[in-house]
Amino acid sequence: MSRRLPPTDVVVVGLGWTGSILAYELCRAGLRVTAIERGPWRDTPTDFPTTTAPDELRYSIRHDLFVRPAQETLTFRNNRDQTALPIRRWGSFLPGNGVGGAGVHWNGQTWRWHPWDFTFHSSSVERYGAAFLPHDHMMQDWGVTYEELEESFDRFEYLCGISGKAGNLKGEIQAGGNPFEGPRQREFPTRPMQMTAAPDLFARAARELGWKPFPQPSANLSEAYTNPYGCKLAPCTYCGFCERFGCGNFSKSSPQTCVLPVLVRHPGFEARTECQVTKVNLSADGRRATGVTYVDTAGQAWEQPAALVLLCAYQLFNVRLLLLSGIGKPYDPATGEGVVGRNYAYQVTGGATGFFGEDRLFNPFIGAGSVGMVADEFNADNFDHGPAGFVGGASLACILSNGRPITTRPVPPGTPRWGGAWKRATRENYNRWAAVGLQGSVMPYRGNYLDLDPTYKDAYGLPLLRMTFDFPENERKLSRFAVDRCVEAVQAMGAHTVRRNEISGPYDIVPYQSTHNTGGAIMGSAPKTSVTNKYCQVWDVPNVFLAGACLFPMNAGFNPTGPVGALAYWAADAIRDRYLPNPGPLVPA
Amino acid sequence: MPPSPTGTRRSLLSATALIALAHGPAVGRTVRGALPWSPNEAYPPPRAVPGGWLFLTAEEAAAIEAMANRLIPADELGPGGGEAGCAVFLDRQLAGPYGSSEWLYMRGPFARGTPQQGLQEERPPAVLYRQSLAAIAAHCRARFGGRAFAGLTAAEQDALLQAIDAGRSGIAGLEDKPFFEMLLQNVMEGFFADPIYGGNQDMAGWKLLGFPGTRYDYREMLDRPHQPYRDPPVPLSGLRAASWQVAR
Repeated sequence: MSRRLPPTDVVVVGLGWTGSILAYELCRAGLRVTAIERGPWRDTPTDFPTTTAPDELRYSIRHDLFVRPAQETLTFRNNRDQTALPIRRWGSFLPGNGVGGAGVHWNGQTWRWHPWDFTFHSSSVERYGAAFLPHDHMMQDWGVTYEELEESFDRFEYLCGISGKAGNLKGEIQAGGNPFEGPRQREFPTRPMQMTAAPDLFARAARELGWKPFPQPSANLSEAYTNPYGCKLAPCTYCGFCERFGCGNFSKSSPQTCVLPVLVRHPGFEARTECQVTKVNLSADGRRATGVTYVDTAGQAWEQPAALVLLCAYQLFNVRLLLLSGIGKPYDPATGEGVVGRNYAYQVTGGATGFFGEDRLFNPFIGAGSVGMVADEFNADNFDHGPAGFVGGASLACILSNGRPITTRPVPPGTPRWGGAWKRATRENYNRWAAVGLQGSVMPYRGNYLDLDPTYKDAYGLPLLRMTFDFPENERKLSRFAVDRCVEAVQAMGAHTVRRNEISGPYDIVPYQSTHNTGGAIMGSAPKTSVTNKYCQVWDVPNVFLAGACLFPMNAGFNPTGPVGALAYWAADAIRDRYLPNPGPLVPA
Repeated sequence: MPPSPTGTRRSLLSATALIALAHGPAVGRTVRGALPWSPNEAYPPPRAVPGGWLFLTAEEAAAIEAMANRLIPADELGPGGGEAGCAVFLDRQLAGPYGSSEWLYMRGPFARGTPQQGLQEERPPAVLYRQSLAAIAAHCRARFGGRAFAGLTAAEQDALLQAIDAGRSGIAGLEDKPFFEMLLQNVMEGFFADPIYGGNQDMAGWKLLGFPGTRYDYREMLDRPHQPYRDPPVPLSGLRAASWQVAR
């Protein structure tokens, strides 16, 4: 039996990047905000000081910062003919947990997605014709454009203090930046990171190939920075413990470094941690949320009434919460109808690893999650897809983020996995390899989706989310094409041996690929084909707003955190300026 | 009753919340007004204390030590895996949450699944090691005149490990591939993880590579690309290696 708490104005489910941004913006608009987080409170000096943060076994291998599958996981299968089985141990992706969410342990690669990405369907039809699009695609535009989001991208970059070089200032192409990016109104808040040996060599090789490499926009900061909220960050020290780790130096933009210091002091704010939201409660007619139910660590259920509910959990768990709450019609792949769970997408990853001779010494342990050079020639619609024969693209990058020894010690193909020969090859190559990696888009398809599992339950007896996903042929073509480009780059860098890493066989949940899961509760322009309108407001229940990558109708060739942050500001503005003066649907259905 | 999501000091703190917030949530933690930080509060890693075995028997430990010394043999580049403490590392890991799969999703039903669906093993690592090492021990006694794995010659040990790696050992009661993958992964973890966990003694694994450990600040090197890094490695405990050779 749940016990009822006094009502509040806003309940935020999940206190990561989007939850903390929305909470603070709405506190500043005069609302009382209660954030409910299933994981523990986390702060830099206690949980990841420099004295204990650089611990590869604990964080990277044993997954100390991620949500433990014992608490919440999902089931997985490649297609509908298989029986989904639980992901018992994380592999392909690593969902966050606790205050700060995945914003604690991300690499910090922060992009504005291309203007093309937001109109990827209509733009592809216009340029290549509808017949060019892949079989069984579910492509549709976002309902919001880059131009509309430009100011929100800017605010997220200035919140984080992103280190980078503009490539397009108000339509003027800038030397040294990404010539393919959409126009921005001003420069990055901080200068680009200083490069290390491998990205520097890649940049020279890329220029020889006729590409225009530029520094990865980085949330590992190049210099001290104070953000518009007054939160301060320090310069990155290239420690090599970024992704999967908290930053002990206050050098990585995160909710902890950029928002929480001011959010927690705001009198309108309260956080409840180690409390798992199990349901959004609805009015009898299902048209209004009345609040949420959560369970505390003793197993007691509580009802927190609220006028506004913001779902700010990780993409997968936002979708699950919608399904558990009966919000929106579940997607049915047999009929193609329904909206919750559709357009689930992932990313194509891979690239080429090069092994070099005596003249190179890359010192891979000197690095950070976003220190690297990127080439954007083959991303989005930056090239003619006609001859390539697929839709979408990939960014190519040389980012030597770490030399952590349990995982990062590649050896040339043909080396034994153990014994004396392995040992010699490991020593010879540890310092003499560099990789060019790719991050490729995945289009939405009819058979790739999320729903509730019929068999497996969580600790509270509630059904787990079920993922059905494989890479279609379009994405396999993209993988081959982009890996070929990576091989060219590594060869141009002077490698004597090159190892290809490309998609082969069905999508595999075991090796790490990327924590860039998208879709399942997408935004759009019609209630029949999307869960929310262009303001991230749920069509069916207008006092529920969504945040995060669950809103993306597709996945692009860039990391998702930039648009995730931008959409949080976009939604905050819509709530404050449009919804509060006149609560109700912001777009007529 | 759902499990505590963290089982750390954070849960202990929630007990205080119970008393402090008569009208608030009973358990869980409420934060408002100020960052909930107190001096010297920390969430340190569990440090392996030397001496004795916590999970492995002496015979099992001897077998693991011998296996680690073949997977990572001693040579002119440095000590072997067993010498560097991989058995101590594994023993402490098996005695903790890794050994019992405490953090993993372990609800049934258990089914075999496709390779792409990943781990579907019901037995946690501690049980798998116990059963697998017993099977290997019985095999060695029967085939090698009563000798244990640790008593075989290096060539015999290599041949047996190669057969297990290839999935053709024929050892009764041993699932070759899953056991070998687990063993290889754990031995590499022990050799390369911070010495605080009992392996990588004298930072043998880090010295092999030229990995400087937890130094945390390399900015002085940025203007010297392709130059060797010469400072000795530092582990979490702050001790320096007794000897140090810079990787060429």
